[in-house]
Amino acid sequence: MDKIEPARRRFFTRTIAAVGALALAGCQRLSASDWFPQILGAGEKASAAALGLVSGRKAMAQEFTAADLSPSFRSNGTAEPDSDKYRALMAGNFADYRLEVGGLVERPLALSLIELVAMPNRTQITRHDCVEGWSAIAKWKGAKLASVLEAARPKPQARFVVFHCADPMADNGTDFYYESIDLDDAFHPQTILAYEMNDAPLPVKNGAPLRLRVERQLGYKHAKYVMRVELVESFAEIAGGKGGYWEDQGYQWFAGI
Amino acid sequence: MPPAETAPETLYYRHRLPVRVMHWVNVVALTILFMSGLNIFDAHSALYWGKSSYTGKPPVLAIGATMTPESGIHGVTRVFGHEFDTTGVLGASKERDGELSPRAFPWWLTIPDGRWLSMARSWHFFFAWLFVLNGLAYLAWSIGSRHLARDLAPDGNDLRTIPQSIRDHVRFRHPKGEAAKRYNVLQKLAYLAVIFVLLPLVILMGLAMSPTADAIWPGWVDLFGGRQSARTIHFVAAWLIVGFVLVHVFEVIVSGLWNHLRSMITGRYRVPPEVGHG
Repeated sequence: MDKIEPARRRFFTRTIAAVGALALAGCQRLSASDWFPQILGAGEKASAAALGLVSGRKAMAQEFTAADLSPSFRSNGTAEPDSDKYRALMAGNFADYRLEVGGLVERPLALSLIELVAMPNRTQITRHDCVEGWSAIAKWKGAKLASVLEAARPKPQARFVVFHCADPMADNGTDFYYESIDLDDAFHPQTILAYEMNDAPLPVKNGAPLRLRVERQLGYKHAKYVMRVELVESFAEIAGGKGGYWEDQGYQWFAGI
Repeated sequence: MPPAETAPETLYYRHRLPVRVMHWVNVVALTILFMSGLNIFDAHSALYWGKSSYTGKPPVLAIGATMTPESGIHGVTRVFGHEFDTTGVLGASKERDGELSPRAFPWWLTIPDGRWLSMARSWHFFFAWLFVLNGLAYLAWSIGSRHLARDLAPDGNDLRTIPQSIRDHVRFRHPKGEAAKRYNVLQKLAYLAVIFVLLPLVILMGLAMSPTADAIWPGWVDLFGGRQSARTIHFVAAWLIVGFVLVHVFEVIVSGLWNHLRSMITGRYRVPPEVGHG
């Protein structure tokens, strides 16, 4: 019969423990290397391509009913931007707020909240999925990003829309939050610049006066405190070059999974 | 009846090359998926039932830590409203350097070993693709080569011997001779349940967490109770797979570790000779 004598068993368990420890240390070292995360990045590209194929760029995110609304909508990340400029706007109830739309456009814009509210809008009850794992459901109303962009008339070279935000992420007041999406997402009917949440003006903790809703992507894409919309051909020259604050920290640019 | 000593031992070619390769690819992929998954879980170490996390109902499972100046860090696990002190394992455990710190699962169970959500996601999605492609290749090969029909599908005779097979397993009596060349009925049923229920379920519930996959057919996630329910099912299914692996490895050890290991590496299995009954 297959009796394992003690010496052999000891050898075996020690081998397993040693191999396990080596493998774990290896995973740690690979994670910290420059080249290995780039190989792992193939998974992100494959997911984006496969989901693009099966779901289509025009697929609509699920919408919910009032019965599904979360009793409170969690604030994550910045709860109040630590900047004098933002505090001054907040003190004036955002009357002096202007959304700048620029970059690769024929007609740069500076839109007040009143002008934004007068633009074609959409109301939707959608689920917000944080990369951390939690979800919350809220009702959003906002100007269609497509309408804002059409008013500014993007140039043919424009490929991405970058959202520059009011919240500094570094303690010294620099490193402002930013995000970027492609034109398919920008012109998607559910992509809005929201100024209302649950039938009330957007609270400061959730991104007042204006936040992006780009359904079908994770929460960090939904930039809060949007101050400037910039159309670009490439985001390689902006901040860390990865297309967003969290992307620069190693998170995936494609946040659909 | 010849005496047992003289019964010829035969090396039987039990596992063909594709099965062996795909088995070990699966071992690597599932191990990394499980461990990187636990690291991802740690970014929000609570599970819910429903469409969102904030439904007014408490989480079904929450792993956290409490910190007081008097008693230091304590790991606390709450399951269906019952609270357990799980210091050292869940909620708070020692880091590699020996310092007790708040984290859902211990460092030696997670990839990477520190809390690092973006890196854990990169590992998870890369090996998810390896796992899915390996699984599709296995399905195609198993159907095409008739591995599925010949070796895995139980026949009527198999099903009639379920009670006997249970008795054999409980008594650690392992098949010999001709019977040792085939999978036994409990083995077949366990493999089929894992291949056709558990693994597809864990993949589907992983996809259910993707907001883009949810948009393929808006509302499909609600068939499983909503996105947060899907996350809970994903977690439970992952642990059920671990449960299967533990039983699988246990059976391998008690029925001939070296013999089984060799057969999964070289394909050759030493068939235990048939000895006198009784």
